[in-house]
Amino acid sequence: MFGSGIVRGLGVVFKHFVESWADDIRWLGRRYYNPEALKIRQSTKATGTFTVMYPEEKLPTPEEFRYIPFLVYEEKGQEKDYRCTSCGICAKVCPPQCIWIERTNDPKTNRPIPQPRNFYIDVDICMNCGLCAEFCPFDAIKMDHNYELASYDRTTAHIFDKEKLGKPVSYYQSIRPANYAREEQARAEEEAKKAAKAAAAKPAAKPAAPAAEKKD
Amino acid sequence: MTVAPAPTTTELKLDQLFPGEATPDARKGYSGYIVKPDKLVEVATALRDQHGYDYCSSVTGVDYLEQGQCEAVYHLYNTKTGGPAVVIKAQAPRDNAVLPSLTPVWPGADFQEREAWDLYGIKFTGHPDLKRILMWEGFHGHPMRKDWKEAYYEQEGKPFDARWPGGQVHRSEEKNPFGHNVAYPEGFTLEGWSEQADKAVYDSLPTGGHGSTEEGMRTDLVTVNLGPQHPSTHGVFRIVATLDGETIVKLEPVMGYLHRNHEKIGERNTFIQNIPFTDRLDYITSMSNNHGYVLAVEKLMGLKPPERAEYLRVMMVELTRIVNHTWAIGFLLNDLGAFFTPVLYVAKERELILDVFEATAGSRMMCNYMRFGGVSRDITPEAFQQVKDMVYDRLPRLLDEIDTYLTNSEIVRTRSIGVGVLSAADAAAYSVGGPVLRASGVAYDVRKAEPYSIYDRFDFNTAVRYQGDNYDRYLVRLDECRESLKILRQVCEQMPAGEIQAGKPQYQARVPAGEAYGRVENPKGELGYYVISTGKANAYRYHVRAPSFINLTPFGKMSVGHKIADVVAILGSIDIVLGEVDR
Repeated sequence: MFGSGIVRGLGVVFKHFVESWADDIRWLGRRYYNPEALKIRQSTKATGTFTVMYPEEKLPTPEEFRYIPFLVYEEKGQEKDYRCTSCGICAKVCPPQCIWIERTNDPKTNRPIPQPRNFYIDVDICMNCGLCAEFCPFDAIKMDHNYELASYDRTTAHIFDKEKLGKPVSYYQSIRPANYAREEQARAEEEAKKAAKAAAAKPAAKPAAPAAEKKD
Repeated sequence: MTVAPAPTTTELKLDQLFPGEATPDARKGYSGYIVKPDKLVEVATALRDQHGYDYCSSVTGVDYLEQGQCEAVYHLYNTKTGGPAVVIKAQAPRDNAVLPSLTPVWPGADFQEREAWDLYGIKFTGHPDLKRILMWEGFHGHPMRKDWKEAYYEQEGKPFDARWPGGQVHRSEEKNPFGHNVAYPEGFTLEGWSEQADKAVYDSLPTGGHGSTEEGMRTDLVTVNLGPQHPSTHGVFRIVATLDGETIVKLEPVMGYLHRNHEKIGERNTFIQNIPFTDRLDYITSMSNNHGYVLAVEKLMGLKPPERAEYLRVMMVELTRIVNHTWAIGFLLNDLGAFFTPVLYVAKERELILDVFEATAGSRMMCNYMRFGGVSRDITPEAFQQVKDMVYDRLPRLLDEIDTYLTNSEIVRTRSIGVGVLSAADAAAYSVGGPVLRASGVAYDVRKAEPYSIYDRFDFNTAVRYQGDNYDRYLVRLDECRESLKILRQVCEQMPAGEIQAGKPQYQARVPAGEAYGRVENPKGELGYYVISTGKANAYRYHVRAPSFINLTPFGKMSVGHKIADVVAILGSIDIVLGEVDR
């Protein structure tokens, strides 16, 4: 019969319509502004409308979510000890070339010292690809989770310097616990290996010492 | 649905078939044959008529600055038997780059030759309408030539020296872009300049009082612009149509409004820096854009990703295909007037798939997931569970729901059956790819014709429909989603454990000199990357065979005789993304 296809199609629309109300009723007014409900609403068990009431409600960000890099520093009292050694790998791998690193030179010897004098990221240009964090050998630059960066003046506010980019290790641990744990474990293993090597090298160092004397 | 014929692997020896006219390309790392320009049409015609190479997949311009040569590279395929490409090349001196056009042999070369003219200044004699396609008419110079420098030019290749170690930040915007790196035509004065950008477009359209109504009243032809700002064009795409009443007499697509010279950026970038840029071509299908590019570079590097990485790649790519096809169906219905209801039903499921991408790759759309020899991150158990829930439960239900909702709807059928018909012969000749090709009855799928990655292990069919109208293009997408689900089920069952990256990831990949063409069956059609390396950090040539762009070649032909409202639906059924069309 002509029109039966449309009627059946409207059945689908009707089903969605009913579902959107049925799910509201199931939650008895607790469907929105409720983290528990949000979790289910955004999962594969969800029915009904998918709307998230942003900004009152926010989607939970998964650990791997990446948005604008930040520099990790260790807290040593009041001091910020940046992990960055200004080796420049992030600046070299950055696809839109938005990272600018000013390396510090020792004023006496004029040799580079492993601390950046300044570190800039033009966040207007950053494409959030995460390659800098992926290839940093010191786990010094990581991708952030904070995506609410609106500001009133793009010409001055959107170039982040070292101060603005710096975030403590504890923050990094809070947003990426699994990655943090994995890196710390790798570092501990590396150090244990180094210690074992040093311990193994100690007895061997004695016979090597006279050889060094000979050279003199 | 039929199964595509088994691919053949017999290689044609062009130097024996055409002695003296074609010689093997002897450059290190290169393959294919160099054909004498004056014999090009002859060789091409013979390849088409006697050897069945009916599909001119890709036309690439290359500028060899040192040798003083411009080159056009043609990748030709046989849609009946599948199998690898026959690559022919023709060279011309770059100060007088003239080559014969192959548009009379394969009409699908039309837009691609226009692109090579526009960006490389290779003049194709015999082309019916050789004008610029991505740049505007009146633009001075050919921007992909190696000696052409863009505004804000810093250096030949990245990484730029200004960034490290003495990085003093500045915003490019504050620098004068009209400095020494902008070339003006000789004798150029601003006073003498006049707008001529659209003249070439309008000149190619008929005018005058040729129309007539049934009552015998003489009417004028009217030329109408749809776009570039128009919701039905899915982006900044412009349709210039000449109408008789409301019927299309001739239609000319105008594009390039989103052109950013992706390929030039790609040649400045190091190899790895290109991966996130490929995300931004067709931003609905960034996962499979990554795939094509890494395949091309892996061919050059001789890398093979580990098993688990291959499975992860296939999984992501097939999820992308479902996202793209359901999205395309939703938007096709938008164009037919069902404003946003079908789109939002599929968007719900799309959100859940994008959640998987976000949890795995870190971003919902700009995934940047694949690396040379592997993938960047492993999938978490929770995300894998979500994929299983989608594949076994939600997505089959979604497809069935779309089926009940739309397939038999009288409105959809009346609006789309018999509209925008593209015959099988035309589809292959016009080099269209993907669902548009298969809806016309050509069972050609790169995954079957020249299996890449691990597609030869999976049991799935090539979805084919035979009418070549809007309705079949809709149906073939639905069929393909079902085939993708088949693959995904096999992936979920067979997913091996193990490494996800071959060797240690390098921030600067060492790519040996040579050329490679990597192609994948992107949801929108065949996506190919032609990459030339000279052994340096940056690609010498990086070309994208963009399916959305080439699928537009027969758009004018498909629209003639239809109403304006149908043109919108035809465009929707071709399914373009302007990020890829304009590059």
